Amino acid sequence: MTAVLEALGLEKHFGGLHVTRNVSLRLGAGDRLALIGPNGAGKTTLVNLISGVLKPSAGSIWLAGAAVTQRSQAQRVRAGLARTFQLTTLAPQLPVQRQVQLALFEREGLTGRAWRSVDAYPALATEASALLIDFGLDKYASLATGLLAYGEQRLVEMALAMALRPRVLLLDEPMAGVPQSEGARLLDALARLPKDLAVLIIEHDMDLVFRFAQRIVVLAEGAVLADGSPEEIRVDPKVRTAYLGH
Amino acid sequence: MTTADSSLAPRCGPAWRTPAVVFALGLAAWWLLPDQLGLVTRIAFTALFVLSLDLVVGVAGMATLGHAALFGAGAYAAGIFALRVHPDPLAGLAIGIVAGSLIALASGAFLLRYRGFTFLMLTIALAQIALSLAQKARDWTGGDDGLTGFTMGPLLGRFAFDLEGRTAALYALVVLTLALYVARRVTDSPFGLAVRGIHENRARMAALGTPVFVRLLTIYTLAGALAGAAGALAAQTNAIVGLDSLSFALSAEALVMLILGGAGRLHGAIIGAVLFTLLHHTASSINPYHWLFVVGGALMFVVLVPPQRAWAWLRSRLGAHESRPVPAVTQEELA
Repeated sequence: MTAVLEALGLEKHFGGLHVTRNVSLRLGAGDRLALIGPNGAGKTTLVNLISGVLKPSAGSIWLAGAAVTQRSQAQRVRAGLARTFQLTTLAPQLPVQRQVQLALFEREGLTGRAWRSVDAYPALATEASALLIDFGLDKYASLATGLLAYGEQRLVEMALAMALRPRVLLLDEPMAGVPQSEGARLLDALARLPKDLAVLIIEHDMDLVFRFAQRIVVLAEGAVLADGSPEEIRVDPKVRTAYLGH
Repeated sequence: MTTADSSLAPRCGPAWRTPAVVFALGLAAWWLLPDQLGLVTRIAFTALFVLSLDLVVGVAGMATLGHAALFGAGAYAAGIFALRVHPDPLAGLAIGIVAGSLIALASGAFLLRYRGFTFLMLTIALAQIALSLAQKARDWTGGDDGLTGFTMGPLLGRFAFDLEGRTAALYALVVLTLALYVARRVTDSPFGLAVRGIHENRARMAALGTPVFVRLLTIYTLAGALAGAAGALAAQTNAIVGLDSLSFALSAEALVMLILGGAGRLHGAIIGAVLFTLLHHTASSINPYHWLFVVGGALMFVVLVPPQRAWAWLRSRLGAHESRPVPAVTQEELA
C-alpha cells in the first residue's frame, strides 16, 4: 500500500544541538502510529518538521507521494496534513462556531473573499454546526473559545483539524493537562476518528498509547530506538531501560 | 444526525447599520450646526483616518505609530494632483487612495515580516523617513511652508466648495460613510475573520493553512487606501497640506483616539475621533495651554476603568435597576 505520509532520514540541528537524528517514518491510510519517548527526545520537533513549522537540516518528507520538504505549512495543510498542538493553540476571543467556520473557509480556499459576510455561506455554517455536534460542543457555539474548559478546548482543536478533512492527522499530546473527569470525551473522540485517516499521536499516557496504536515508534535523544507493534515494544529491553526505567 | 440549533450560532449584524447611524448623526450635525461645518469636516476625515488605523491595530493586531505616513501620502498626492493635473475632487480622492495603498503595499511588504516592538519601531522609522523626504522635496511638497495654491473644482461638476464649507462637510461625511460600509463588509467576511484569527493566534491560523503574510499585507493595503482617502479629504477641504500630515504626533493622536473609542470594532474609531476632536476643540478654546490635561485625563479613565464598570456606575447614577443579561451558558455548566 502507498504511504500517505513518509519521512526519510530527517535530521535537525539547532546550532550544535542535534535534536533529530536520521528519523524515518511511514504511515499508510488508516494507520494508528504512536510516537513515544522521554521528555526531550525530540517528539514535538519531529511533528514540527513534518507539519512545516520547522525546516529539516536534511532528509525529505512526502505526502501522498509528493515531496513537500520545501513546501510551506499552508501548502502541506492543503495536501491533507492537519495537526493539533501540545498546548492548546486557539483564537480565544472567537466564538467556537466561528473558529470552526474559519477552518472550513480555509479548507475551501475562501479566506481571500472579502466582500460577502461569513453568514452568506450557509452550507459551511451547517457543516460547522454538524462538526460541533459531533464533538459535543454545539451548546458553546456562540461562546468565546477561551471560556471553555481545557478538555473542551482540546476537543475544539480536534474539531478544527477534522474540519480540514485531512488524510494525515498529527496529534501532539491530546491528553496533556486534561483532568481525568474530562478525559473520557477525548478518548471517545479519538476512538471515533475516521477509519481511513492516518493518525500519528504523541502521548505520555501509556494506557492510551497501548490501546490506540497499532504501531509504536520509540524516540530517544532524537533517534529511533525501537519501532514495532505494541506487544513488541512492551517486551523490548532497550525500551524498558531507556523509557520505562526498569 | 441531529440538526443544528441555529439560534445558538453567532451572526453578523447587517453591514449598513453602523454606516447608516453615522451618516444620520453626521447629517443632523450638518443641518443643525451651520457654524461648525469646519469642525464636522475635520471630524469626518479624522474618523476615516482612525478607522483605517483600527483595521491595522484593532482588527489585525499590529500596533503602529507610523500610520501618518499613509495619511500624508494621500494628502500630498491629492494636493499635487489638484495643483498640477486637475482640480476635480473625486479624481483627486482616487489619486489619494491609490497613493495610500501603494505606500502601504510597498512598506507593508517589508514591515509585516516583523512583529511586536520591532514592527512598532520600524513603522516610526519609515514615517520619519517619509517626513524628511517631504521636507527635502520642496519643489513638489512646498517643504516647511506646506503645499498651497491649489483650489478644488466643483464636486461632480455641480457643487462648488463654498466658503461656509457645506459641500466639504457633506462630501467628507459621504466618503466616511462609504468607507465605513466597506470596512464593515470586509471585517465581516471570511477574509476579515481570518485576519482576526491571525490577530488572536498566528500559529493556529498557520496550522489551518492560512497564508498569514498575504492576509496581513492585504488588510494593511486596504488600511492604506482608507488613510490615503482621509489624507486626500484633508488636503482638499483645507486647501493646504503641511508636514504635520506626516508627523509622529498625528500617528500617536490617532492611536489615542482609537483607544479612547475602543479598538477592533470599527465604530469605536468613529466614537474616539468624535470625542477627541470635540475635546480638543472645546478644551483648547477654554484654555489653549492646558487642554492636553483633559485629553490625558480622559485617556487614563478609558484605559483604567473597564467599560462594564463604567456602565454599571452610569446606570446606578441614572437610577436604573441592576439587570444583568443572562448568559446562554453559565459558568457552572462550563466547569
